Amino acid sequence: MSFDVPDDRRYLESHEWTTTGDSVRIGISDFAQDELGDVVFVELPAEGDTVEQGAEFGVVESIKAVSDLVSPVSGTVVDVNEDLFDAPELLNEDPYGDGWMIEVEPSESEFDGLLSADAYREQIE
Amino acid sequence: MGLRKPPLRSVHADHASFTEFGGWEMPVEFDSIRTEHTAVRESAGIFDVSHMGEIRVAGPDATALMDRLTTNDVGALTVGDTQYACITTDEGVILDDTVVFRLPDAGSDPQYLFVPNAGHDAEMYARWIEYRDQWGLDATVHNATEEWAMLAVQGPEAPRLCADATDGATTDIDGFEAAFLDVAGVRCYASRTGYTGEDGFEFLVPWDDAETVWSAFDCQPCGLGARDTLRLEMGFLLSGEDFHPEDEPRTPYEAGIGWTVDLETEFVGRDALERVEREGVDERFRGIKLLERGVPRAGYEVVDGEGNHLGHLTSGTMSPTLGEPIGLGYLSEQTSPGTQVRVLVRGEPKQANVVTPPFIDT
Repeated sequence: MSFDVPDDRRYLESHEWTTTGDSVRIGISDFAQDELGDVVFVELPAEGDTVEQGAEFGVVESIKAVSDLVSPVSGTVVDVNEDLFDAPELLNEDPYGDGWMIEVEPSESEFDGLLSADAYREQIE
Repeated sequence: MGLRKPPLRSVHADHASFTEFGGWEMPVEFDSIRTEHTAVRESAGIFDVSHMGEIRVAGPDATALMDRLTTNDVGALTVGDTQYACITTDEGVILDDTVVFRLPDAGSDPQYLFVPNAGHDAEMYARWIEYRDQWGLDATVHNATEEWAMLAVQGPEAPRLCADATDGATTDIDGFEAAFLDVAGVRCYASRTGYTGEDGFEFLVPWDDAETVWSAFDCQPCGLGARDTLRLEMGFLLSGEDFHPEDEPRTPYEAGIGWTVDLETEFVGRDALERVEREGVDERFRGIKLLERGVPRAGYEVVDGEGNHLGHLTSGTMSPTLGEPIGLGYLSEQTSPGTQVRVLVRGEPKQANVVTPPFIDT
């Protein structure tokens, strides 16, 4: 099975993705949603909270598993995808689009330490 | 030690993801737990449950041996009957739960087959041998776990599917009864039992013929993931999770299956259980429904409005049928159904209602 890994994102080994720029969106990869199976619950920080690169920022639960979410960047949360609270299945259906989790204003550009799409693809192959 | 593999392992290989369960490598998910779960509730699904053990007991004293090692009244069984029972320690603690089949007699001797849970077959085989020898009973005990595959066909359409696959032979089998019959030319032992709350059959199939029988049913293949959510909605106990001799030692009375205990019979654990029956239990197996967002999971603590400990959960999930978070666990005896409690989800108290399973009507 091959998984979608968009080239315009950066990734963590723990399967979170981030866009790059002054304001970034964060979510989990296609591979991650497939591994989890039917997602039924998401716990996310609130607008105004801070997240830290490499630290937990929330939890995602499927019917069979509980998984911590790790932030690819440090910064302030400026938007939260509240649609996921009522429709967590969006994470399965569209992990890179409607299934985005939070939007963060990074405190500094720190994308260099993250995996490129190619490097992440290699990891999940 | 390598994992034991069901005979259908290679058949499943390209269609399922796998998990370790009780020392076996079993399919956990074919399509998605929700898809598989819904198929069983609304139409039908087929499960490979070949990880279940099979121990055959026969001989002049087979009935006595079975009766003295299980909590229920084995003497009441006639050929073709099946019976749910517990296997308990001297203290009345559940070692495992099992289904006992009374097979056709072997010559003039009664013959039984019982089904321990995954990974318990060797232990139960040894237990039966040990007590047989200690009591000087005349019976043979044979561990047939790797001679029989077990397939379950469950769901409202399962009776029709099973009748079609057996030339109508299953239509004569009532609930909790069983008989030998042919599926696609393979001699199987079919019982009208299951672990989903739906109608259907479980087939004991000769190991090497498993694929023929599996292929005879055109319905949704289901993994252990859906098996777990289906049994959870019914409040059925899972051995090793909802009871465990060391980690979750429980008597049948605490576990809500006191009806499997027949104190009129003699069995290991009887005297202890008579005492428990007389004196009552401190904690009882209950269901909870979370009223807030979250998913109850095994190990979560349950407290009252003031934060006082009431018990803990042993199983939990998001119910695919209800779309509501449900859990099972042991709560103090006073915590009756209807009580509002709090479940600590990662330390956060979330409101929940105590209920009596099943969570759904089937």
